[in-house]
Amino acid sequence: MRPMARRGLAIATTLTLLASSVACGSDDGPGSGQPVPGVTDTEIVVGTHMPLTGPASAGYSKIAPATKAYFDYVNANGGVHGRKITYKIMDDGYNPANTQQVVRQLVLQDKVFAILNGLGTPTHTGVLDFLHSNRVPDLFVASGSRSWDQPERYPNTFGFNPDYTVEGKILAHHVQTDLPGRKVCFLGQDDDFGRDSLVGVEKVLGADAVVDRQTYVTSNTNVAPQIGAFKAAGCEVVILATVPGFTALAVGTAARLGFKPQWLVSNVGADHPTLSRQLGDAAGLLEGMIGVNYLPMQNDTADPWIQLFTKVNKEHNGDAPFDGNTVYGMAVGYLFVQVLLAAGQDLTRESLVEAVRKGGYQGPSVAPLRFSATDHSGYGGGRLSRVSGGVQGYFGPTYETDEEDGPVNEYSAPPVAPPANGVPSA
Amino acid sequence: MSATRAPAPPTRSAAANRLRAGRPVPTLLRHLAVAAGAGLLVLAISYQLDSFRNFQLATVAAYLCATAGLTILTGLCGQLSLGHGALMATGAYTLALCQNAFADRGVTAGGVLVLSLGAAVLATVAVGALVGVAAARLRGPYLAGLTLAVAVVVPALTVTFDGVFNGEQGLAVPMAPAPASLGVYFPYERWQLWVVTVATLLCLVVLANLVRSRYGRAFRAVRDDEVAARLAGIHVARTQVIAFVVSAASAGLGGALLAVLAQSVSPGAFGLTLSLFLLMAVVIGGLGRLAGAVWGAVLLVALPDLTHTVTDLFTLSPAAAQRLEGNLPLAIFGCTLIVVMIAAPGGVQGLVSRLAGALPARWRRHRP
Repeated sequence: MRPMARRGLAIATTLTLLASSVACGSDDGPGSGQPVPGVTDTEIVVGTHMPLTGPASAGYSKIAPATKAYFDYVNANGGVHGRKITYKIMDDGYNPANTQQVVRQLVLQDKVFAILNGLGTPTHTGVLDFLHSNRVPDLFVASGSRSWDQPERYPNTFGFNPDYTVEGKILAHHVQTDLPGRKVCFLGQDDDFGRDSLVGVEKVLGADAVVDRQTYVTSNTNVAPQIGAFKAAGCEVVILATVPGFTALAVGTAARLGFKPQWLVSNVGADHPTLSRQLGDAAGLLEGMIGVNYLPMQNDTADPWIQLFTKVNKEHNGDAPFDGNTVYGMAVGYLFVQVLLAAGQDLTRESLVEAVRKGGYQGPSVAPLRFSATDHSGYGGGRLSRVSGGVQGYFGPTYETDEEDGPVNEYSAPPVAPPANGVPSA
Repeated sequence: MSATRAPAPPTRSAAANRLRAGRPVPTLLRHLAVAAGAGLLVLAISYQLDSFRNFQLATVAAYLCATAGLTILTGLCGQLSLGHGALMATGAYTLALCQNAFADRGVTAGGVLVLSLGAAVLATVAVGALVGVAAARLRGPYLAGLTLAVAVVVPALTVTFDGVFNGEQGLAVPMAPAPASLGVYFPYERWQLWVVTVATLLCLVVLANLVRSRYGRAFRAVRDDEVAARLAGIHVARTQVIAFVVSAASAGLGGALLAVLAQSVSPGAFGLTLSLFLLMAVVIGGLGRLAGAVWGAVLLVALPDLTHTVTDLFTLSPAAAQRLEGNLPLAIFGCTLIVVMIAAPGGVQGLVSRLAGALPARWRRHRP
């Protein structure tokens, strides 16, 4: 009988322990006195997901280090309201499945204050709902998908790039005015990036004007079928909605097939230094390529913003090769510091989002920022650039337009100069 | 001949058998009791862990379905499969399509998840039967080749038929929130853990019973010697197809549960590396034993996290950190496999049961 009794006692004890441990757990509702996640009197922890490896890492892997370098520069100059910014960079390899994991890790484990500049249309789309249900500010997504601009559904999400439809309209506007009557073809990434861009192109040129449409996926690095189809269709102008690796692939493949169209490239895939590195000895193929951009050109050493960013790059980024991605990363950092300042000393997630919604920020860009209570998209326009003599430079006016049927207008507000010490002030 | 030859599962020690001989507990009851105990344990743990650990534990449970199925196929029936990642994808996409179909028709009740999970298992059973029939005719490297092709083809299909599967961006999986009766601030990750644990435990009970049944004995007979098995009246091909279908069904359930956790599916989650990782995990854990599958599933989740922590400890130059970030988990996984194979050919579980066997023996010796 004794073993029976002992066994019974053991089971009873286990059950009691289990029950008490369940009862001890508490569901922590957000009380008013609770601290803001990721914010202390001396530190603000912000996180991001970036393709440091994988098919989209070419060029893009330098964005987050540049942003971090700018934050280090600000920290060295006293921080924001006395707080230093810590930037946690997580690699997702441009794989939506990894993004799910790393963003959960940032939000649930590392308890970041906000997600800043998470990169990629397919990757970030998958975490929108998760960030929304956890009430995490999701600022300046590094993509031009129109998904970020849904203030009712995702009140805490804001874009950064001009949306791909706006960009498509500006590229198509150039075709309409400078290359009329040419046969236009379109190669886009097989997700919202490519689709949104094609919508913009067709809004300006009409759906019939695009002779051939092709798509690619980042997991397949052979674009010969698509380029072959363009050649067979007799395309003279090819508009690319591609990441840098695939811009380079498209241009290189076309050269191999003896096909020489006029390339017009989305801003996210048109950074000349990145493409040159990809193409190596064949960098000459990029001659004449037209791109869109909205930030100072990386080789424009006379621009005060480029001077500032070059200095930060030298001091805090180990003097990494300076290209459009560096400029982009630092511009994101600058805007975030502006927003933090506007949110005030008493920083909460609500005050941060409210500060973005108020809008009125001016930074390095030649195009206007559109943030308001009803508009969560980023920049609202861009300027065309051309590669000539191996140097990428702006030409023509800056354009702005909307993602609907509005016309493509010239935008003439002069750019602002950076503050003397390179750190925005309230 | 079998493709792999795993050590036979441990026979219960004579002493234990003698203890049990008096009052035999039916296998099903014993397994249900163990599952209930495990369920209570997870329930208690879920209140002690933070949200992220709950999510990770739920991911372990989801992977466990797949590794348990694979360990039965490879460890018990001797068939090698490099395509279980693709079977998981089949389950995950079926679940996503079902959940979307329900949401489109305005059905958002939490209960429909059970239907979707059922559909996911059925779809994978169909695919598994198809592959299994072909697999039953193949041996060794040819079987590996066939399943490898499945692993490569299935994710590629999602890109080819992007109208249905939305290409590499994948599909969102609409999920009902946790029941309101649990409170407004009930952490969603804890609810996810509960849901996934219930499904996984059910799957494990079924598998554990299968292993101890006539079918389990037939699996082992086929693995050890097909000719002898045939002489004993076992239909070898049918047994192999059954093993493949069972294994596929659990992989499909595992994939569907992963989709439930991530609330999205995309082909990137189910690439060839996942299939290879699954196989490595069951080998490291201990081939042919369900307890080994548990170790394997834990490793699948813990290793990437561990390597990230390790790289964080060192202040590396940005370039070196960048190169290590994506590749270090692979290297560590490979090294672990080599070390385990040399030090403990029975896997982690083999080591554990050897230690567990050795300790009482030593204790008895020391007792006067």
